[in-house]
Amino acid sequence: MNPAAIYGLILAGGSSSRMHRDKASLQYRGKTQLDRAVELARRHVSKTFVSVRADQTLDPARAQYPMIVDSVDGRGPIVGIRSALAAHPKAAWLVLACDLPFLSNAAIEALLRARDPKTLATAYTSAHDGLPEPLCAIWEPAAAPVLAEYQAGGGECPRKFLIRHSARLLDPVDPRALDNVNTPEEYAEATATLEKSAPMPLKIQYYALMREQAGRSEETLETSAATPADLYAELAARYGFTLSREQLKVAVNSEFSDWSRKLAANDAVVFIPPVAGG
Amino acid sequence: MRFRFTQSVIDTEGARRELQDLGAGGYVSFEGWVRDQNEGQEVTRLEYEAFQELAVKEGDRIVAEALQRFPVKHALCIHRVGSLQLGEMAVWVGVSSPHRGEAFDACRFIIDEVKHRVPIWKKEHYRSGDSGWVNCERCAAEPQHSQAEHRHRAASNPK
Repeated sequence: MNPAAIYGLILAGGSSSRMHRDKASLQYRGKTQLDRAVELARRHVSKTFVSVRADQTLDPARAQYPMIVDSVDGRGPIVGIRSALAAHPKAAWLVLACDLPFLSNAAIEALLRARDPKTLATAYTSAHDGLPEPLCAIWEPAAAPVLAEYQAGGGECPRKFLIRHSARLLDPVDPRALDNVNTPEEYAEATATLEKSAPMPLKIQYYALMREQAGRSEETLETSAATPADLYAELAARYGFTLSREQLKVAVNSEFSDWSRKLAANDAVVFIPPVAGG
Repeated sequence: MRFRFTQSVIDTEGARRELQDLGAGGYVSFEGWVRDQNEGQEVTRLEYEAFQELAVKEGDRIVAEALQRFPVKHALCIHRVGSLQLGEMAVWVGVSSPHRGEAFDACRFIIDEVKHRVPIWKKEHYRSGDSGWVNCERCAAEPQHSQAEHRHRAASNPK
């Protein structure tokens, strides 16, 4: 049996109580976090919905997207996840919270690649405490009745749910990727960090084994990777390169380079696997 | 330019003429050929691929280093890229020099450094139908061995 198709669900029904503002409306790099999250999910799944409470359906920022209105009783994000599972019982859900400004394409790709549809969910572990992160995760259709039972028993915390039930867990690619933003101070810090690492275009050329594993000989991509080391981590997560960075050399603009060199816009980067001339 | 690539058969006669010098008392050359086996596998053909922009720079640097290190007259290295059959020449190194000793030393230095430093990759196709990028596939499986192997010359696998 093929695994269930995946839809995207952006959780935007939270109360944002510590922020004193709707977290979905916070802007990063000139876009609201809700728009950024929807855009990110849409790159990977065919349909994306915004999860809302019944009293949020008239909010124009949310209503511009297909919405799934909470249809079950209870508190917390499990309600949104259960409502989505109820609305499309055959779909699995790429669930993304609306307060993860550092979440990258690479992180979503790695999550989708690690998906194990035989478990109830595939999720990252937190870089801070090693516990599952239920709000950047893939929830399988089979989770619906188990979540219902958990809530009926008074459970509210999706994290505790994942600790107790079968889930495929993976370590984060980038330890910051799942940092969430809950307070005005965290928001100020996050915007400053994101401005500093604004994405820029890089040209990457692939040779030999790298070319075969990437499935292309070159590409230009927008990335926030600051150094060749960061870039390799991002691309290794995307393409599943078998060689570790320690086995490679790197060239920038056709000259050997340090892995920690600061990359500039339009730099041409080549990863050099072990050579075998002669 | 003391290092170059070619897509076609290496013209050794033409290359040798580039090294001629009335001050040279002799000339030494090395030819690397495609061998029919490697590490117990029967090889049927090879493909060479290079990151040419950087490879030519690095190859030129190696030959310049040889000319500086050894009192020789001229040196040149030509490397083939593309698909090669068994027995074909993959690389040619030539050195002309007033005296033979330095010519041998410089020639050896150049081929050793080229194998070690220049971004050229070799894909072997085996009788079994398998194929693999030399020095890459095994390392992927055994990363702990790769370090020593790549930092040092592959002395166990001479041409």
